[in-house]
Amino acid sequence: MAERSSQRHFARHSNRSLTLRLVALAIGMFGFGYLLVPLYDLLCEITGIGGRNVQAVTAIPVAMDEQRTITVEFLASVNEYAPWEFAPAVTELAVHPGQLQTVKFRARNLTDHPLTGQAIPNVAPGGAAQYVNKTECFCFQEQKFEPQETRELVVQFYLDRNLPSYVDRVTLSYTMFVKSTA
Amino acid sequence: MSVATHDHSDEHDAHGPEKGLMRWIRTTNHKDIGTLYLLFALVMLFVGGLMALVIRAELFQPGIQFVNPDFFNQMTTMHALIMVFGMIMPAFAGFANWMIPMMIGAPDMALPRMNNWSFWLLPFAGAMLLATLLMPGGGPASGWTLYPPLSLQAGDGFPFTIFSIHLLGISSIMASINIIVTILNMRAPGMTLMKMPMFVWTWLVTAYLLIGAMPVLAGGVTMLLTDQFFGTSFFQAAGGGDPVLFQHIFWFFGHPEVYIIILPAFGIVSQIIPTFSRKRLFGYDSMVYATASIGFLSYIVWAHHMFTVGMPLAGELFFMMTTMLIAVPTAVKVFNWISTMWRGSLTFETPMLFAIGFLFMFSIGGFTGLMMAIVPLDFQYHDTYFIVAHFHYVLVPGALFAALGGAYYWLPKWTGHMYDETLGKWHFWLSTIFVNLLFFPQHFLGLAGMPRRIPDYATQFTDWNLVSSIGAFGFGFAQLLFVWIVVQCARGGQKATSQVWDHPEGLEWTVPSPAPYHTFEEAPLVK
Repeated sequence: MAERSSQRHFARHSNRSLTLRLVALAIGMFGFGYLLVPLYDLLCEITGIGGRNVQAVTAIPVAMDEQRTITVEFLASVNEYAPWEFAPAVTELAVHPGQLQTVKFRARNLTDHPLTGQAIPNVAPGGAAQYVNKTECFCFQEQKFEPQETRELVVQFYLDRNLPSYVDRVTLSYTMFVKSTA
Repeated sequence: MSVATHDHSDEHDAHGPEKGLMRWIRTTNHKDIGTLYLLFALVMLFVGGLMALVIRAELFQPGIQFVNPDFFNQMTTMHALIMVFGMIMPAFAGFANWMIPMMIGAPDMALPRMNNWSFWLLPFAGAMLLATLLMPGGGPASGWTLYPPLSLQAGDGFPFTIFSIHLLGISSIMASINIIVTILNMRAPGMTLMKMPMFVWTWLVTAYLLIGAMPVLAGGVTMLLTDQFFGTSFFQAAGGGDPVLFQHIFWFFGHPEVYIIILPAFGIVSQIIPTFSRKRLFGYDSMVYATASIGFLSYIVWAHHMFTVGMPLAGELFFMMTTMLIAVPTAVKVFNWISTMWRGSLTFETPMLFAIGFLFMFSIGGFTGLMMAIVPLDFQYHDTYFIVAHFHYVLVPGALFAALGGAYYWLPKWTGHMYDETLGKWHFWLSTIFVNLLFFPQHFLGLAGMPRRIPDYATQFTDWNLVSSIGAFGFGFAQLLFVWIVVQCARGGQKATSQVWDHPEGLEWTVPSPAPYHTFEEAPLVK
């Protein structure tokens, strides 16, 4: 009997330490959920998913590859309830890798007060993102609009000649958000 | 495993349960709490089932008949949330509470007061979730995956949904901690890990999966909450966030969740099949290792839910391969169950019927799962009724059938009476016929291109939707028979012996039926 009660005592002690360790594990996993945020950003940075790492380039292409023709599609959308009219001038363009192209988008502020917008770019397929070089893009800066103002927005880009061979169609998409005025 | 006969000592019977309602509110007894969990799950089965019937009534014909599309979306979302967090997980937690201490020769759960808390969070969380239906803007309508930005466009009920998920998560994490501590610290002398019944093993792995996965979901939904109310932009592209990130976080939880639901079902089936085959479980060790491998693999396959979202080719290949790899330990289990039955002296009482039904129909769901693991095929299946058919096959004739089989298997031990075998068989056959009528045609609908989560559909899908809806109502009403059988069994009937079945294996069969309020206060000796 004495042996058994000491056994119980031991169990109580180790119950506490095991419980605490498991609680710590649960809290740690809650933290891990948040750790996924920077990890995801890092992964996107490395793999180019979503075309986030499309940066302004200053280098001008030296030659174009006329053997290949890639269809580039342009997509413009507005975020929920964002008061813009926003559309590309052309929806599709056939380009050769290395060919510098300029595309115009048209945006209109539908409200009667000044608005500041920010376009968020995206590239599909994700694997092609790092081969899209933009020398100029309205998405690099915020765009200020007067009431009811209509403006042309310009993207100048070329596709890198090393674009993987399985890619024959690239989509450049822009979503216009209202930049918080605060 | 041979067991020293356990003599229940009379002196302890004085500490009976408290009288009246307060018994159930203040109880720390694992059997009381197990009963509460199981009753809660049964109630939620009908709440969630009713929502499913709203869905199937609307889909009986093309066109909008009964509910508006927004309410339809609320029904699909709430049906899923209620069934996953309010029904099947509490049901298995109820089995764990009742059976694990009795199976390992422990007097109770290791942390009985926390056990009380784990349960009593549930009704409040469930009530809060259901209350969102009455709030302006209604309940969540973005699907149980709660993908932003859609989920952020919800009405006033949104924070209530999030908090109820927090509470449900806390409840199941506490239950898991309790189960792990009980299993690791409270086993009777001689009950080594590799002698534990399979049900205990599967719950040990499940509990670790819960502790690993639920907090990640809690983190994800907290981010939704702060995005909505505190100006963060985890998932808002305008602020530099990415909605796809939520999908990764959700499925990092969501895929282990799939195995959290199915592993205890595997455990119950592993108890039932040997009893009615009158053989020991074939390949016990490989069953343990298969369970552990499934647990590990479940953490590295999550992105197969989002093949069409866009990811690098290498990522798609990786998640395709790891997903297909899960078929190996799962097949080990299926083959072991079949080998257990091989040349056994089979009898087909209701629990065995449900176990065999599980085996057959769960495998159908497993195979369709393999089909959608293949990336190019998944592009066709994604977000169609084929997916709906797949996961309902693993959840309903899979997990739910195992729970029903387990209920029949242990009901005599819980109540002290045998249930009505004839009605039990009726319940099984009605359920099996209608569940197939309900879900099998959804494969055809999905392959023909019918998208999921829509209240209306093109007319070429009419016939199979009609069949599916008939199956749904039949299946729903067949479950009322189960309630009747359980009530009847609790109130009386043929007395059950302590063994109940023909020489079943396990410590729970060495105590009288019904199991006394306190069991194994003196640890049994397991040789």
